[in-house]
This record gives sequence, structure tokens and C-alpha cells, in this order.
Amino acid sequence: MSALLRLDGLEAGYGDLTAVSGVSLEVRRGEAVALIGANGAGKTTTLRAISGLLPVRAGRIEFEGARLDGLGPAQIVARGIAHVPEGRQLFPTMTVRDNLELGGRAADRRHRDDALELVFALFPRLHERERQLAGTLSGGEQQMCAIGRGLMARPRLLLLDEPSLGLAPVTVKLIFDTLQRVNGDGMTMMLVEQNVPRALQLSHRGYVLENGRIVLEGTRESLRASPHVKQAYLGL
Amino acid sequence: MDLTLVLQGLLSGLLFGGVYSLMAVGLTLIFGVMRVVNFAHGDMMVWGMYLSYLLATRAGIDPYLSFVVCAAALFALGLLVQHGLVDRVIDAPHEMQILLMLGVALVLENLALVAFGPEPTRVRSPLGAATLWLGPVFVDIARLVTFVVAVLLTAALSLFLYRTDLGRTIRAAADNTYGALVVGIDVRRVYAVAFGVGAACVGAAGALVSSILPFQPPTGLSLSVTSFNIVIIGGMGSLLGALIGGLLVSVAESLGAVFLKPSLKELVSFSLLIVILLFRPAGLFGKRTS
Repeated sequence: MSALLRLDGLEAGYGDLTAVSGVSLEVRRGEAVALIGANGAGKTTTLRAISGLLPVRAGRIEFEGARLDGLGPAQIVARGIAHVPEGRQLFPTMTVRDNLELGGRAADRRHRDDALELVFALFPRLHERERQLAGTLSGGEQQMCAIGRGLMARPRLLLLDEPSLGLAPVTVKLIFDTLQRVNGDGMTMMLVEQNVPRALQLSHRGYVLENGRIVLEGTRESLRASPHVKQAYLGL
Repeated sequence: MDLTLVLQGLLSGLLFGGVYSLMAVGLTLIFGVMRVVNFAHGDMMVWGMYLSYLLATRAGIDPYLSFVVCAAALFALGLLVQHGLVDRVIDAPHEMQILLMLGVALVLENLALVAFGPEPTRVRSPLGAATLWLGPVFVDIARLVTFVVAVLLTAALSLFLYRTDLGRTIRAAADNTYGALVVGIDVRRVYAVAFGVGAACVGAAGALVSSILPFQPPTGLSLSVTSFNIVIIGGMGSLLGALIGGLLVSVAESLGAVFLKPSLKELVSFSLLIVILLFRPAGLFGKRTS
């Protein structure tokens, strides 16, 4: 199975701070891969570097065999990677529908309508609130809108940054069930998540990031069985 | 006090307000999208006036037609200023942007001085002499046409922002710049277009008033100050605020000229600013920032 996304010795940071270094990982077609770790471990930094939202200082990023590092976010979205950022980053004074359609900007009208139909089927709540301003949605609805906006780009890889953050357990379950369905339909995903049990439930494989470096990697089962993961992340 | 005089002042002020609105809409668009205050706004407008002057004197084109050309030329100037200069300081602290824009203002003003000299000018238009009597008050046809065109242009701009894909990406970048980057919007291009459109507004506004308002190179500064006043009254970044604020300030100035004396009209519009800020610190239609 070929890798859809491959990171090789990635280094990125902010100002004088190096947030991640020597990060190598891969995501294969159809997989859901979790990136887990504590606050400040460098998970978000890694996702932002993949999306071109943060410059890559060293190392390389390959997507479908072509190099991504050095490209801007607009080009990377066009290559087929959609990012659902931490804190959702919606357009608060615009309608739900505007938000979604902005996610599918690159597509032509017909494809955009198809994608919209798909998103509304996944999140009927968004369909009901189509004309509502995104800033007036509840936290869970905003997260649905952010995921929907990412899916509107019809990406081949979906990056998800903390989709469960600040949400009620019942909403978290709804969102993860939906993500599971989307992955089951063939969407490749890379997920950053503090809710490790949930993240491992959704993912086939995972990487553990500590202090900007990958300290452990493996399948869902091997990570669940790892004494380190059990103690540090699962609280067992 | 003569009631006819007050009515006349009200009407003239309202009609002149269209131009104020258009000019402030341009400023508020630029601010709303990139959080940069265009201190060269009034000077860009003066260049719109001189351009319509050149087109009228050299090519015989009436300013009520040439405003289209002036808008296009200023769009190009705005694009150039954004792409070549503002873009370099877009992430820098505000004082850097202020220094840059003040520099652009000085360059534009002094270029106009070199090119056209310090004497006040005005463009002649056949519409300038035409008036229409409505009972006791008269309507200056030039002002009426200026008002109608300015309001139509403002309406066209909001259609562009609310009904087109490019307009929607501009609103998105104004709403959440990081979010815009995330969905793959080329934010720098959006900035250039927004600056161009903002400058085109004053290009058109300049041409439209060039037959009503005598102008000279230093007029730019007072136009900039008036634009800021309107935008702050209306609420920074609000198009509707700029539209209503423009009409309000113009009527206030016009009535100030009737009740006090013409040289004190600014006293009235700035008093209006202070009163409005006392009751609505974010302006009439401004959003409170937390």
C-alpha cells in the first residue's frame, strides 16, 4: 500500500522556538491516523506545517508522490488536502451555507452542489441552519460546520485538529460516529486529538508525539496495549 | 431663522452626502478587510478629481461620464499601492502601516502640486448650471446626479460583495483571515482587489464632485479627515455605517453652514462624532470588539 502523505524529518516552529523536529510519519490511502500527545507536544504545529500555514524549516512533505513543503496554503488545498483547524476558524458573520460554499470554492458549481448535498446528508443539522450566521451556532454545530467546510473541498486527505475540544460527550459521539462513516466511505484522515480513547477508536494507526518528537508509533491495538500509552494517555 | 433656508440646507447636504458615503465606503472596505487605515484616501480622491479635470479639459469628456475611467485608474493605483507597498508591512505593527500610508499621502499630494500647481480648480460641466425648483427650494441638478450615481455605485459594491464569489471571498477574509487561509483563499490577492476597489470608490467620488467642489492638492488631507470621521461615526468596517454616516455628516455640515457660518461646518461634524461616540463607542453600526 503506497503512502498518500509522507513526512520525512519535518522541523517547524514559531520564532526562536522549534516546536517539532525530526518528525517522520506516513498516512496511507483510506486510513485514519491519530496523532496523540499532550498540550504543546507539537501536534497542531505538524498539521499546520502540512497545510502550509506554517513554514517548513527542514525535512520534506510528500503528498501523492509530489513535494508539498514550500507551497502556500491555497496551492495545498488545491492539491487535495483540507484542514479542519483547532477552534474551527469559521466565518462568524456569514451564513452556514456561505461558510460551506467557501470551503468548496475551487470546485465548479455542479460539484459544489453535490458536495453540499453530501455534507447536508452527513449533518442534517447544518441543513436546518443553512441561513443562520455561523457565529450564532452552538459549539457542536460549529464543529460540524467546520468539518463540512473541509469536506466541501472534496479532499483526498482530511486533517482534523481537536474536533472534540470543548464539546459535550453526546456531541463528541455524534461527531466521531460521522467521521467514522466518512472514513468508511474512503476518506483518508489524519486526526490530532486529546481525547485519546476516542481518537484510537476511530483510527487504524497512531503516532505519539512528545516534546516535538515522535516517541511511539503503531497500530490501534499495539498503542492500546502499550504501557506508556495506558499510563500517560488512557489513565489506566 | 428662515425655514426655507433650513430645508435648502438639508436637501443640499443630503444630495452632497452621496459622495461622502461613497468615499467612506471605500475607506471602510479597505479597513474592514485588511485592518489598514488608508491615510492616502483623500489624496487618492484628489487624483480622481485631477484625472477628471484632465479628461474634461484635454478630451472634452464630462466628469459624469469620466468617473468610470477615474474609478478604473484608481483601481489600478490601489492595486499597485497594496501589492508593491502595503503588502510588505501587512504583518508589521500598526505604526509602520501608518507611516507608510502617510508617506504615500505626501507623495501623492506633492506630485499633484508639481503637476497641477497650488491654484484651486473646478471642472465645468453643463449640468453645473442646471437647477430645478421644487416649490420654495431648488435642486442643483449636478448634485442630484452625483447623489444618484454615488448611491448606485455603493449599491453595486454591496451587490458585488454579497452576490459574487469574489465578493464572498473578500467578506470571508475580512471576517476571519486565518480561516480564509485555511480554506485556501489567496489572501494577498483578495487584499489587492479590496484595496483596488476601495481606491476605485474615491476615484469615482473624486470625478463626481469635481464640478461641484473646487479643489487643489491640499484638499486631500481634509477629505481624508472627513472620511475617517464618517467611518468612525458609522462603525469601522461597516458598509451600511459608511453609507448612513456619509449622509449624516454631510447634512450636519450643511446645516452647520446655515446655522453658524460656512467656515464652522467641520465644528458641527466633529461635534457629531463626539456625541455619537459618547453613546455608541463602536459607532452607529460597529461591532463591539471584546
